[in-house]
Amino acid sequence: MSDWETVIGLEVHVQLKTASKIFSGAATDYGSEPNTQACAVDIALPGVLPVMNQEAARMAVVFGLAIGAKINQRSIFARKNYFYPDLPKGYQISQYELPIVAQGQLEINVDGQLRSIGITRAHLEEDAGKSVHEGFQGATGIDLNRAGTPLLEIVSEPDLRTSAEAVAYLKKLHSLVRYLGICDGNMQEGSFRCDANISVKPRSSSTLGTRAEIKNINSFRFVERAITFEIERQIDLLEEGGSVIQETRLYDADRDETRSMRGKEEAHDYRYFPDPDLPPLLLSDQFLDQVAASLPELPEARCARFVSEYKLDPGEATKLVDDRAVADFFEATVKDSPKEAKRVANWINGEIAARLNRQNLTISDSPVTPDLLSKLIQRIADGTLSGNTAKEVFSALWEGERDVDQVIDDKGLKQITDSGAIESIVDEVLNGFVDQVEQYKSGNTKVFGFLVGQVMKRSQGKANPKQVNELLRNKLG
Amino acid sequence: MSLTPEDILKIAHLARLEVPEEESSDYARELSAILDFVEQMNEADTRDILPLSHPQDATLRMREDKINESDQREYYQSLAPETEGGHYLVPKVIE
Repeated sequence: MSDWETVIGLEVHVQLKTASKIFSGAATDYGSEPNTQACAVDIALPGVLPVMNQEAARMAVVFGLAIGAKINQRSIFARKNYFYPDLPKGYQISQYELPIVAQGQLEINVDGQLRSIGITRAHLEEDAGKSVHEGFQGATGIDLNRAGTPLLEIVSEPDLRTSAEAVAYLKKLHSLVRYLGICDGNMQEGSFRCDANISVKPRSSSTLGTRAEIKNINSFRFVERAITFEIERQIDLLEEGGSVIQETRLYDADRDETRSMRGKEEAHDYRYFPDPDLPPLLLSDQFLDQVAASLPELPEARCARFVSEYKLDPGEATKLVDDRAVADFFEATVKDSPKEAKRVANWINGEIAARLNRQNLTISDSPVTPDLLSKLIQRIADGTLSGNTAKEVFSALWEGERDVDQVIDDKGLKQITDSGAIESIVDEVLNGFVDQVEQYKSGNTKVFGFLVGQVMKRSQGKANPKQVNELLRNKLG
Repeated sequence: MSLTPEDILKIAHLARLEVPEEESSDYARELSAILDFVEQMNEADTRDILPLSHPQDATLRMREDKINESDQREYYQSLAPETEGGHYLVPKVIE
């Protein structure tokens, strides 16, 4: 065991899925023409005033309730002052002393070990605009479409000890916010961004080491690599007798290293103060009750229900509930035939997941809908299709066919369950492979598989494998 | 509470204000006097008093999540010193 202990805290910026901005009525769509969604409030023309979007507050409360947090029924907006061209007001409206959500937790599972990770707080704030450094002669271009997009900044306790735990926490959070329908989770588009605070200390010491902050890590893979790199860098530095300086570092994925960006300004350098434009945000008991009543079934509860109601393995169930849309797809498929739940889970976690992954699609894009999958599985359950022929039908459905029985007819895939028909094929094979039959009879039982294969081949895969096995075994006696 | 001339220069830098070095001592004295004045508040017993976060006894009014702003880029950009391809241009931020 290493003499060093790593301490990691994560700050995650979750873009809330509202239609309009947190303090203005401009749209929040991603990828629009520059500055076409930046109104007078967003570009900070003099005299404008922010008006709070109720939906952003509701989403923050949804999150708070889902992590068992304390909801502050009185929270305060503050100005965080700094200068950057993509922040035209010269301050970001955020929450400082009294955030809307405080003290919750998220349970993570790393290699079967459950750990509860504390969430210090989650506060509402506005996003900044975007600086475009390339493509302009000696100038920087500013696009303020993103300015004012609502963010929920979720700050963890320094409870994480390894990069694997950090990734597990992030994945859990990512799944949760999508589940709750408060964030689309699109990391490429920056809807879910992570900063990591990392420090190392001698295992025997109880005081935290100096931390470095790694900014804007935008994929789970990079989080793991960036943190791993940073831990090694700090340990090397300390073992050589150096010291870590408090600073912001940027992860460079191409070189797989972190680089110093600038000395981290002390927190009070932002000169936070309550925003005089925004009185305290008060939430009534009634509002909290309404939100609580509207919460969807959360992943853990749903997973447990899948295990008890449909008799799935916990592993299968966990995979299904990871994405709410996948879990919904599963339930839509098993609705009429709950007894086939295990088969349905296998198809979704196996064939469908693999194909979606290959083609970079999500479950809502699946050409095989719950209705079609349900029909296909009925045909497996009633013996019309075998495992292999079912895959062939599935492929046809994936390519756009819309009628399971039609595909079975067209391709002549109906499984042969008529024992007379199977028997005649078995006889053909036994007569055709006299040597192998002899080998079998003299004790080489391995050739059995070969003979089964021959029967299946002659039946073009349509013979019921179970019956083939039985018949062969009987005849070989 | 007493501010040093160095404090003044740091605060000025954070606020992007230009304060000539020779004036920093004057500002330090004047601002310290203001802070000392406010400091008297510490003598009051505030144990049972909710910190004031807004001078008015008001609560935040909220609006529905509706888009009610249309694209006025052309108008806003006619007020800007320099624009290109729909972007506002500023002096280059990084080299």
